[in-house]
Amino acid sequence: MSPSAVVPGELGSGAAPSRWSFRDKILLSTGPFTHEMFEPSEEAVAALGEMQILVIGAGGLGCEILKNLALSGFKKIHVIDMDTIDVSNLNRQFLFRHSDVGKSKAEVAAKFVEKRVKGVSITPHNCRIQDKDEDFYLQFNSIICGLDSIEARRWINATLVNMVDEEQLQEGISDSLKPLIDGGTEGFKGQSRVILPTMTSCIECQLDMHAPRAAVPLCTLATIPRQPEHCIEWAHIIAWDQEKPFPDVDNKLDNDDPEHITWLYQKALARAQEFNISGVTYSMTQGVVKNIIPAIASTNAIIAASCCNEAFKLATTSNPSLGDGENNYMMYSGNEGIYTYTFKHEQKEDCPVCGQKAKDLTVDPEWTLQEFIESLAGRADAQLKKPSVRTAEGKSLYMQSPESLELKTRPNLEKKLRDLVENGHELAVTDPAFATVSFRFAIHYR
Amino acid sequence: MLKIWSMKQKQQQAANADAAATGIKKKKVTAAQLRVQKDVSELSLPSTMKTEFPDEDDLLNFTLTIEPDEGMYKGGRFHFKFEISQDFPHQAPKVKCTQKIYHPNIDLEGNVCLNILREDWKPVLNLQSVMIGLQFLFLEPNASDPLNKDAAEDLRSNREGFKRNVRSAMGGGAVKSQSFDRVLKS
Ligand SMILES: [Zn+2]
Repeated sequence: MSPSAVVPGELGSGAAPSRWSFRDKILLSTGPFTHEMFEPSEEAVAALGEMQILVIGAGGLGCEILKNLALSGFKKIHVIDMDTIDVSNLNRQFLFRHSDVGKSKAEVAAKFVEKRVKGVSITPHNCRIQDKDEDFYLQFNSIICGLDSIEARRWINATLVNMVDEEQLQEGISDSLKPLIDGGTEGFKGQSRVILPTMTSCIECQLDMHAPRAAVPLCTLATIPRQPEHCIEWAHIIAWDQEKPFPDVDNKLDNDDPEHITWLYQKALARAQEFNISGVTYSMTQGVVKNIIPAIASTNAIIAASCCNEAFKLATTSNPSLGDGENNYMMYSGNEGIYTYTFKHEQKEDCPVCGQKAKDLTVDPEWTLQEFIESLAGRADAQLKKPSVRTAEGKSLYMQSPESLELKTRPNLEKKLRDLVENGHELAVTDPAFATVSFRFAIHYR
Repeated sequence: MLKIWSMKQKQQQAANADAAATGIKKKKVTAAQLRVQKDVSELSLPSTMKTEFPDEDDLLNFTLTIEPDEGMYKGGRFHFKFEISQDFPHQAPKVKCTQKIYHPNIDLEGNVCLNILREDWKPVLNLQSVMIGLQFLFLEPNASDPLNKDAAEDLRSNREGFKRNVRSAMGGGAVKSQSFDRVLKS
C-alpha cells in the first residue's frame, strides 16, 4: 500500500528530465495553435512554477486536479477542503488509502502529491472556503474549483467578483482579477468553464445551467408510488414528519445516523410491499436521502484534465484558453457515446452578482436615511423612486414593501446615516421600477 | 485580449498592499440573499395576502397569511411558513401550512402539493409566483393531485358535501372523526 512503491522509475524533477520534455515542447516552441501573444522561452517555464494556484475541493475532482497541476509544472499550489476521508471515497479519490480514513482530505492529498512530485509545494487548508477572507484569495493567480456544492460555488464566485478593482483594471492592471476555473460532474456528465470575474459570464449568470434536481410530484409520492425511490422519498418527506419517530432529537433527521436511515428504509420497504414495488434497499435509501449522485472516476478525470489544461494555458498564454475569446463553457456528456459542446455563455446584465459593480457614493454622514433615499431619486444614473435598502452585511435599513417590513424598518428613516452604515461599506438597493436590477453603492463619508 | 496574468509580481504585491491598507473586512450577503431582497421588495400582493417577518434582517424565513375572499375557503385565515435556503433560486423555497386544515392538496402535516414548489420549479420563478400559486389552491382545490386522499375523494364524489366539510373543518370541527384547527377570521 505504500504509494511510492507502486510506480516504477520514480520521477523526481532532477532525476528524470523526461517528465517535462513534452510539456517543454509546448513552452519552448510555437505551433499552429499558439496564442499570438505567446513567446516561447525558458522564462515561460519558470513563470509557471511561480504561479500561485488554489484548488478548492480535494474530493473526486480535486485529487485529479492536484495530480494534474503538479505534473504540469505548477509548483505553488494550495488546496482547501473541510471534509475528512470516508471509506466510500477510496474507489476514486486515489490520493487516499485505507489508513487515511478520518483524516483531513486537504492534508492527506497535499502530502501525497508533494511526496510523489519532487519540487512541488502544496499548502493544505482544512477549513471552509467561507473561513478565508479576501486577503487570502488575493494571493493567488487563479483558482480551480472541483466542488459538488452549488452554494460553495456561488460564494467563491461572488467573492471573486467583489474583489475586482475596476479602477486598476481600467489602467490595465489585472491583478485583482482572479480567473476562476470551475469543473463539475454528475455521473457521466460534466462541465468545465472559465470565468473572468466581471468580464465574462459568472456562475450566478449561469445558474440555470444547473438543472434543478428532478422531482416527483408530492401527490404521486403520497398516492401512487411507481418506483422504489418514490417509496423512499415518501418515507423521507411525509412519513418522517407524520410519525416523528425520534422525539429525543426533536425529530431532526440526521443523514449520517444509521438508526435514522434504518427507520426510513423499513418504512419505505413496507410501503413498497404494499404497492408491489421491488428494489428498495438500505443503500438506495441512503443515496436518495443524501441526494448522492453517482460519481464516475473517468468523468472526473476528463473534466479535471480540461480544467488543468485551461489553467496551464491561462498561466502560460501558450494557447488560447476558454474565456479568453469566444467561448467560456465546455459541456461534456458521456451518457451515449461522447459528446462535447463548447460555447459562449453570455454575461447577464441583470446578474445580481456581476451585473452591477458597486458605485462609489460620497454622502454626508449627518444625513438621515430618509434624506439619503430622496437623494437616490435625483441621481441621473439610477433614478430610484421606491428603493429598498439593505446593508451588505444583511441588515434591512428600509424596505418599501411588503407592508410588514416597511413598518418594521420605518423608524430607521429618522436615523443618521453614520449610525446605520460604516464608512466604506456597501448598500444593496432594489427598486421595483428596475424589475431585474439591483444596485450596489459603496458609501464614502465626506 | 488582455494578457490576464501579466507576470508582473511587483504589481501583484502593490495590489496586495493596497488591499491590506483599506483594511476593511467586508462580510457580504450571499447571492441567495441578494436575490431574495429583490423578490421581496418586488412583491405586489393582493389584499388577501400578507407576509410577516419575525426578524426584519432575515429575509429567508417568514410567514405568509392568505385570507381568500371568494370560493369555498372564504372567511378563513391560512398561515404558511417559508424557508429559503442558500441554494435559492436553484432550489424552490420550502413551504408548509402551519395549521391542520382540510384540503385535498395539503396533508395533515402541512405539506403542500403545488407543482411549482417541486417538479416544475425553475430559477426564473419568484416568490410572488409561489404565493399566487398557493392562493390559487384555495380558490380551485384540485382533486387530481391529492395529498389528503379523503378530502380529494369527497371533492370528486360530492362537491356539496365537500363544501360542508370545509366549513366545519374551518370552524375547528371534525370530518370523519379527524379534527381540524379553527382557521376562521372571526
Ligand atoms: Zn454574473
